[in-house]
Amino acid sequence: MAFKQYILVCGGTGCESSNSGNLFKNLIREAEEAGVREDVQIVKTGCFGFCERGPIAKVLPDEAFYVDVKPEDAQEIISEHVVKGRAVERLLYKESESKEHARIDEISFYQKQFRVVLRNCGFINPESIDEYIARDGYAALGKVLSEMKPEDVIEELKAAGLRGRGGAGFPTWMKWNFTRQVESDVRYIVCNADEGDPGAYMDRSVLEGDPHTVLEAMTIAGYTIGAAQGYIYIRAEYPLAIERLKLAIAQAKEYGLLGEKILGSDFSFDIEIRLGAGAFVCGEETALLASIEGERGMPKPRPPFPSVKGLWGKPTVINNVETWANIPVIISRGSEWFARIGTETSKGTKVFALTGKINNSGLIEVPMGTSLRDIVYNIGGGIANGKKFKAVQTGGPSGGVITSDFLDTPIDYEHLQELGSIMGSGGMIVMDEDDCIVDVAKYYLGFTVDESCGKCAPCRVGGRKLYNILDRISRGQGSMEDIERIQTIGFSMQRASLCGLGQTAPNPVLSSYKYFQDEYLAHINEKRCPAGSCKELVTYHILPDKCIGCTLCARRCPVNAITGERKQTHVIDQDSCIKCGECYEVCKFSAVVRA
Amino acid sequence: MGKMTLEDLKKLREEKRRDLQMRDTENKNIQIIVGMGTSGIAAGAKQTLDAFLDELSDQNLTNVAVKQTGSLGLDHAEPTVEVIMPDMPRVIYGRVDAEVARKIVRKHIIGKALLNGHIFDRPAADIVQGKSGKTEA
Repeated sequence: MAFKQYILVCGGTGCESSNSGNLFKNLIREAEEAGVREDVQIVKTGCFGFCERGPIAKVLPDEAFYVDVKPEDAQEIISEHVVKGRAVERLLYKESESKEHARIDEISFYQKQFRVVLRNCGFINPESIDEYIARDGYAALGKVLSEMKPEDVIEELKAAGLRGRGGAGFPTWMKWNFTRQVESDVRYIVCNADEGDPGAYMDRSVLEGDPHTVLEAMTIAGYTIGAAQGYIYIRAEYPLAIERLKLAIAQAKEYGLLGEKILGSDFSFDIEIRLGAGAFVCGEETALLASIEGERGMPKPRPPFPSVKGLWGKPTVINNVETWANIPVIISRGSEWFARIGTETSKGTKVFALTGKINNSGLIEVPMGTSLRDIVYNIGGGIANGKKFKAVQTGGPSGGVITSDFLDTPIDYEHLQELGSIMGSGGMIVMDEDDCIVDVAKYYLGFTVDESCGKCAPCRVGGRKLYNILDRISRGQGSMEDIERIQTIGFSMQRASLCGLGQTAPNPVLSSYKYFQDEYLAHINEKRCPAGSCKELVTYHILPDKCIGCTLCARRCPVNAITGERKQTHVIDQDSCIKCGECYEVCKFSAVVRA
Repeated sequence: MGKMTLEDLKKLREEKRRDLQMRDTENKNIQIIVGMGTSGIAAGAKQTLDAFLDELSDQNLTNVAVKQTGSLGLDHAEPTVEVIMPDMPRVIYGRVDAEVARKIVRKHIIGKALLNGHIFDRPAADIVQGKSGKTEA
């Protein structure tokens, strides 16, 4: 007997941490108690992307989209929805107070999205190879092994126009072709799953939600370039992704889709997992390879590129998780289909982790060429708390900011570069008027300074110098010479650093200065932080004519810096004030002002 | 399962695909909505639902979504079922037992003809606010 209904529970890290695991268990228990275990299949899936409102549960085929579901809600979902066929109104997602409950395809978060990479995430059970196979999984591998020569695969990728999703956008077919043509007895395939940008979790979600797609793609690459061994380099801080990858590898081996003589052909391929310790620099390919070899994760000068001299000195193809996830689809649906998505130079889609001051933070996938406005306002639902949009930071610590003037720019590799930012791996952090641009630049630089491996001087010394300058400016001690120094040091780092980490580390500073010069100058000349976030430059005062003496601020102040009798004007003692802004936030009478 | 050949893989895919297609709501242009209110269930709507799923799978129809809803408002004719598909009027069938359910699949969905003796009108327009009340039938 077939199942009548399906409950898909999100098992991504975001939802797991808000207790979707117990929700899943409770649903199964309740279904058993209600005697409907045979009628409803309860599946734990990968990330749905709508992490803002997790844990998420979807009931199909009714297309009910439940958000913020707690483990206790399991009983109601089973007894009302499954047994009686009535959706649990209070858990349904509502786009706004005035709107009706939305069906999944009516939610604007999903409407503008187009899912290629995330095609299976949130739909299949990532721990079941059968479900992956049912969704055309391993069909591309079958096609490649039975009908295609290695050259055909390269041609197909070339026609598709797929470019690396790790950041730089190097054409994938070219990388594979170089590696294939280098004379060597052994070649290697490597998957770069060392995702390290703050706030980015695209790769993690693919690995957690659809691990087999990466295995299939790597095997296809192995056949194409003549490699028999692949490695997945993943950071140890992604335990769920690692667990699912291990399971997927075991399942694929059992089915003969990995290992000796795959699918009855003469081709053999194996994949092993290598755990990284979470150093940002190990996302850089030469450092990553060094780390797999058991060396300290430090970059080497390129050339030679890994395609010539990679892992253990052998030609190596190294691609990012998202790039891999595109490959099976391109092979099975054809390059023509794929090349129709996106723009002239950037084909296909891009996954972004949308975070920051936005209403719907989460994981999204859009065709290349989608405008930032669509992403921020339609998919993201606009800026949280009705604040004003300030800028979007893309590309993490290697990227830059994009201001409201460029909201309509189509997003692809070329356009982002023109604006002084980069695609990067896909982190997208939205800032509002309360975010100070100097502070943001300082944050990113602090990150790269911490993560610099210290091998080359431009990055090791330059990064620290830049950070110190920003720190001075944010404390109101900067001078105009500092601006010049930023330019000189930044320029030298870009030119002289050994690897991408140092070369791109000044980007957040240089690009934010380009677009927010006024804000930097206000810090330097007027000793003022326009966004009111740099603590040293901000003071809080209570306006005597507005204060009614409700004592709320005094009670909230963590350092007891506010004094005053009930129904009398309160006063902030500037010496003990730590400028946390708590009084400013809680005052209901706008009596606390920030200057 | 041991090592697979290309043929085995294809076979497994066909086998498993059907399970997943039931879950997929895209590419489904036909809907069968079964009224699962208390009176519907009491009158045997569960068996009706099972019969639909069974017959659809027997006939290998993959573009039909079987959904559940509350009472359709025709409690004298339970179990009630609404069928929505292109090129056919929206119809509510009543007194749909397992046998009638199978007939609906064969005659209405495959044969594109209405099934006599089981068509019931929608509730009158003045009861259902905001709807035209047109049956189009």
